[in-house]
Amino acid sequence: MKYAFPLAAVIALVLIALIAVQIPGMQYLFGVVVPYLAMALFLGGFCYRVIHWAKSPVPFRIPTTCGQGYTMPWIKYDKLEAPVNTGQVVARMFLEIFLFRSLWRNTKATVYSGPKLTYESSKWLWLFGILFHYSFLVIIIRHMRLFLDPIPGIVSFIETGDSLLQIGAPVMYTTDVTIILAILFLFARRVFNPQVRYISLVNDYFPLFLIFGICTTGILMRFFIRTDVDINAIKQLAVGLVTFSPTIVADISSLFYVHLFLVCTLLAYFPFSKLMHMGGVFLSPTRNLANNSRMVRHINPWNPEIKPHSYAGYEDEFREDMVEQGIPVEKELPAQGE
Amino acid sequence: MYDSGKIITGLIIFVLLVTIPVWYNRGTASNVPEPELPKDVKTCVLPKAEITAKHMQLLNQWRDEVIRTGDRSTLEIEGKQYPKSLMLACMKCHTSKVKFCDKCHDYASVKPYCWDCHLAPVE
Repeated sequence: MKYAFPLAAVIALVLIALIAVQIPGMQYLFGVVVPYLAMALFLGGFCYRVIHWAKSPVPFRIPTTCGQGYTMPWIKYDKLEAPVNTGQVVARMFLEIFLFRSLWRNTKATVYSGPKLTYESSKWLWLFGILFHYSFLVIIIRHMRLFLDPIPGIVSFIETGDSLLQIGAPVMYTTDVTIILAILFLFARRVFNPQVRYISLVNDYFPLFLIFGICTTGILMRFFIRTDVDINAIKQLAVGLVTFSPTIVADISSLFYVHLFLVCTLLAYFPFSKLMHMGGVFLSPTRNLANNSRMVRHINPWNPEIKPHSYAGYEDEFREDMVEQGIPVEKELPAQGE
Repeated sequence: MYDSGKIITGLIIFVLLVTIPVWYNRGTASNVPEPELPKDVKTCVLPKAEITAKHMQLLNQWRDEVIRTGDRSTLEIEGKQYPKSLMLACMKCHTSKVKFCDKCHDYASVKPYCWDCHLAPVE
């Protein structure tokens, strides 16, 4: 039942926006004040988290290697799984960030009678994970048509590609379908897979429901409940927000404010949640370090500076006490003045 | 802070990416489009709010009825006959594509595929 609370929270957020914008004057709060606050929290919180992480020392190399490491020049080693230089680390990070390479290794453990434990490759998580992330990226780029004036060619190009199937009017976007499918899979996996269900927490379900709510309200506005979804007024508000002169010219459908409020919640929540894996993937020491602990000397950054202390220096420091205690010294005390 | 050079650079790139709309729009934001309405005709096939929101769905429905099921019956609204046609109904009053359709469509980057088949009026 760990999904009950986050579900209730998202429904509450929808209702708050839906009811509050009926009150005259509240449109300004939900259309202007809340987006600015959310954006400030997002950027500020994101930078704060990254700098906070950067302050943690990584005293030794801890890359996760899962292939033959470099030993002798004639023994073949795995350049991606046990990278030894920056180039190989960059290649490994690139594949991780753009293709989610580590998820490609995902396995499913099953116990058969016997008992016999088997591990089987399971690529569904990789497939729906990558569908989700790339759909989300395309959707964000598409939305730039509402923020940019004039609209750059790349935004129109991506939008045309996304609506290439030309189904219905307004034309259906492929990413709308794929992101919904992907969210449903990612949710079903947490519910039906007993192991994943056991480790799923409130903060795993909440972003799923929130993003599902954002997608649903967006799809409803575009295809089903078009009343008062005045795209020109919305674009004027969006451009106004990014040029710091926001105006709300018309009565925009409350569905739009629900959509916007959920997006603002996502932005404000982002730095404090697991969604920070967006920045965190770049700062994972198990991924971004080279496996070169046997080639390069790594010095612990908080080691105190210890100066060499020779025996001669030691004797110079303690000679008087040593002589007094009768300990033999290599160099006698200087002769006493007459 | 460790690796501050790389981390600060990364953060600056991130903030610049997120704020693209802010620095891209500097001073270029144009006015909201005002499509030119026909002067002599005051009524459309639907009330203004509805036709603004749903014209693409209506046109799509007309296209399906006329082209796919061959139903070419006309609509009677307030005693006026309208054929189910973009060129013979809509464009009869809204004669200019440039001054009417394109105004909003260009502003919001909407590229309807009407003109894949229909010939746009020469303007």
